[in-house]
Amino acid sequence: MNIDQNLLQPDKCVTCPSHNSIELMRLGVDMQDWDYVVGLAGNPNTGKSTIFNSLTGLRQHTGNWPGKTVSRMEGGYEYESTRYKVVDLPGAYSLLSTSIDEEIARNFILFGRPDVTVVVVDATRLERNLNLALQILEITDRAVLCLNLMDEANKHGIVIDERCLARDLGIPVVPTVARNQEGLPYLIQTIGDVASGKIKCNPYRSNKKIGEMSVIVKQLTEKLESIYPDLPNHRWLALRLLDGDSDIISALSEGKLQSLANSVK
Amino acid sequence: MEIGKSCRVIGINERCNGLERRRLLDLGILPGTLIKAEMQSPSGDPIAYRIRDTIIGLRKEQACLIEVIM
Repeated sequence: MNIDQNLLQPDKCVTCPSHNSIELMRLGVDMQDWDYVVGLAGNPNTGKSTIFNSLTGLRQHTGNWPGKTVSRMEGGYEYESTRYKVVDLPGAYSLLSTSIDEEIARNFILFGRPDVTVVVVDATRLERNLNLALQILEITDRAVLCLNLMDEANKHGIVIDERCLARDLGIPVVPTVARNQEGLPYLIQTIGDVASGKIKCNPYRSNKKIGEMSVIVKQLTEKLESIYPDLPNHRWLALRLLDGDSDIISALSEGKLQSLANSVK
Repeated sequence: MEIGKSCRVIGINERCNGLERRRLLDLGILPGTLIKAEMQSPSGDPIAYRIRDTIIGLRKEQACLIEVIM
């Protein structure tokens, strides 16, 4: 009976992400060439690796302890004849800190320039997780917020207004339960739409209102642009220099900034 | 701070600057945040605190930089 109804309404079927997800081909580590690079970032213990495994079909590593993913993992999948390379990054609370795993995540998002950055957040700890999400939105235009662990949130009676969140952040928001594969077809679809430019992001930038600082930031940005024309995000680097980020300062003074950028490619 | 006790953050000491300060802020330690001491390691240092629904271990030197009211 259901099949007959579907045949009568073919349009609905074609646009449904669940139907299209049948086309998903998990490529595991078999990545020779790819069309888009997708970075998975998020706080520790939010399910990045679970999402990574369900997308790529790999079973590399899942475990519930801090610092499990200290280096980045790569895998791939194919969807609607487009090949995606997925990079699973170590969990980080911030892009501005000093630990090695957070540095790996930061360097990749900043210099690796993924086509889409998926920010995986714990729906039960949104307040804590949005710190990183906002920092990522400072340095990239193309991002998707993945509200993971929605089952836990529901269990605790947490209701999230996804549409409002998406509007305020200026990026698409996808609720998922990665453990049960819920919401993943929609996530895959959204990643595809952002990568191809079908969805345009207009990310919220908190430092739009830095006021009197903006002159100094602008001068510094222009200077960086003239010295390192190839680097992305001069403005972000300028802000870090003003912040006194010793990593960036030493990389700049020793002339290693360019090699840092090349190392993640 | 005794295990099981809670306090509220007033601010981070001026001695704590740059990345160290940033780190504490990133962990969610902002004015008004509630902090509860949950567990103690055998030697008494570090102590695990509950900060914004996540358990975070802080060493005494770091914890000393956070100004709180009980």
